[in-house]
Amino acid sequence: MNYNATEKGYYGEFGGAYIPEMLYPNVEELRQNYLKVMVEPDFKKEFDQLLKDYVGRPSPLYFAKRLSEKYNTKVYLKREDLNHTGAHKVNNTIGQILMAKRLKKTRIIAETGAGQHGVATATVCALMGMKCVVYMGEIDIARQAPNVARMKMLGAEVRPALSGSRTLKDATNEAIRDWINNPVDTHYIIGSAIGPHPYPDMVTRFQSIISEEIKWQLKEKEGRENPDYVVACIGGGSNAAGTYYHFLHEPEVGIIAVEAAGKGVNSGESAATSALGKEGVIHGCKTLLMQTNDGQITEPYSISAGLDYPGVGPLHAHLYTSGRGEFYSATDDEAMNSGLELTQLEGIIPAIETSHALAIFKHKTFKPDDVVVISLSGRGDKDLDNYIKYFNL
Amino acid sequence: MNRINQKMQEDKKLLSIYFTAGYPSLNDTVKVIQDLEANGIDMIEIGLPFSDPLADGPTIQNSSTAALKNGMTTNILFEQLKDIRKSVSIPLILMGYFNPMLQYGVEAFCKKCAEIGIDGLIMPDLPLDVYQDEYEAIFKKYDLKNIFLITPQTSDARILQIDAASDAFIYMVSTASVTGSKSGFGEEQTTYFNRIAAMNLKNPQIVGFGINNSSTFKQATTHAKGAIIGSAFIKHLTEHGVATIPEFVKEIR
Ligand SMILES: Cc1ncc(COP(=O)(O)O)c(C=O)c1O
Repeated sequence: MNYNATEKGYYGEFGGAYIPEMLYPNVEELRQNYLKVMVEPDFKKEFDQLLKDYVGRPSPLYFAKRLSEKYNTKVYLKREDLNHTGAHKVNNTIGQILMAKRLKKTRIIAETGAGQHGVATATVCALMGMKCVVYMGEIDIARQAPNVARMKMLGAEVRPALSGSRTLKDATNEAIRDWINNPVDTHYIIGSAIGPHPYPDMVTRFQSIISEEIKWQLKEKEGRENPDYVVACIGGGSNAAGTYYHFLHEPEVGIIAVEAAGKGVNSGESAATSALGKEGVIHGCKTLLMQTNDGQITEPYSISAGLDYPGVGPLHAHLYTSGRGEFYSATDDEAMNSGLELTQLEGIIPAIETSHALAIFKHKTFKPDDVVVISLSGRGDKDLDNYIKYFNL
Repeated sequence: MNRINQKMQEDKKLLSIYFTAGYPSLNDTVKVIQDLEANGIDMIEIGLPFSDPLADGPTIQNSSTAALKNGMTTNILFEQLKDIRKSVSIPLILMGYFNPMLQYGVEAFCKKCAEIGIDGLIMPDLPLDVYQDEYEAIFKKYDLKNIFLITPQTSDARILQIDAASDAFIYMVSTASVTGSKSGFGEEQTTYFNRIAAMNLKNPQIVGFGINNSSTFKQATTHAKGAIIGSAFIKHLTEHGVATIPEFVKEIR
């Protein structure tokens, strides 16, 4: 089985570019250029240099001793939380801002849920002196206030999305509408492995640095490149795509995804797309999608703004339906408790998104000699208020 | 002959109206269609509301949200329209987003449209290549015309491709924008309108987006065969109600 995108951007039956004609020139320009640009020596040099000197890569692969003891297995944490701006999102925004420059764009737009992608976009725009507009759902603006303040300080304009559930889906709608209204000077930096082809593939490639590093880091520590499992949380699926990428075609590596179950998969307040979704079209791609029988997109729910999305990237829809990936979901409560547990066992406060990945131990038992690599996708500074409220700290 | 093709042969500039089915009230759909025809409208785009209409501005978004709140569904719309051909003879086009059609089943959807007497479909997010690879044969089987959009940014080569794939009319989006964003045409539109006219396409063109009064209607139809009014009509319905459709049409021509 092939887990890479085809030329038209399909992963199995999922993917493609279901876009209105208004977006065709932009998306087509990107499709024709992205692979060419990414292999240009100049581009690679600038990308690698920025990842090293600006983002602080390679991010450590940390053996979590006390967590390992608690769950009687070998747990490594891939420390994307230590990246500049505090999450994996910046790997992609560095890549895409360089892409936008090569395509001679002067204005950047983005959507954001948790605000991590918004901050990472605002950051690279400040770095490159580009104009930046970030769309963010009104609900998320309230629950991720520190990131809103950071974006503003970085010089970005944060525009509230006021329609629908006023979360990530609606912010994405507004960003797409902005792109339709500004087809010439603007590049849209999508923040996850979603959207029309070539976005899922492009974002996955920029994030694939995560698994590239895991390979040699694990070789140093364990004498082998392949772990037994790689684990990541999935909103749209960019940290997961990057964490899985170099292991997709290594059958001995188990691929584990953790989605947000919200108040419970069957509570009516959930974002567990693989369990609740059916094939459908959202934001330009065919994927698994939470929707009514009539094809109206359902409003998801999760305590975590970054996972509060009714779809998943098409790669993940393919990993799920083909059986290559094992999919779990963690409730708000399981995630919050797993976040606190990591904090108190290892001294690392994770983002609430990431806490969902850590909740894997509530769902699956690993063998003592299994090597389990978990994507620690982001740090919890932005979520302190939510943790404090939840635990009455 | 398909009613759209017939209509295109009439020796006049065509005025077409878009409205959202189930808006302002769930059961207004049929009355709006009948009143539009009675007042001399040439063709109607019936909007099947969608939760996430990417190509629409606030006016049509709000009417879609309201229609869904009113309880509109694909099945209810088909039910409302089942006898429409007993009272209405102008071309009727369903306009919507692809996901509701996909969930209904593309073939079942087309079959139902044909039974009702729908003449064509506009699905902005069903792109040309996917249509040709997967669905063209089904559309043809039920004699449903698929209407494609072009914009000022669409290249000549792409326009020729779309012209070749079309067999009714080409929907000329007047400006780079979502629906209802801009009003009044400038330099860019004149250049674009002239450029398309000079291409001598095999399909007639109908201009949409940004037409809201008699002057923009005239400008849009200098070269083109007709024009579509959407947001301005919805706004009128919101502000003045369904009873005032005659006044709206009189204002335009
Ligand atoms: C720290 C962190 N992890 C994960 C996610 C989820 O996104 P994705 O599934 O694209 O990695 C987000 C999104 O905001 C995030 O901020």
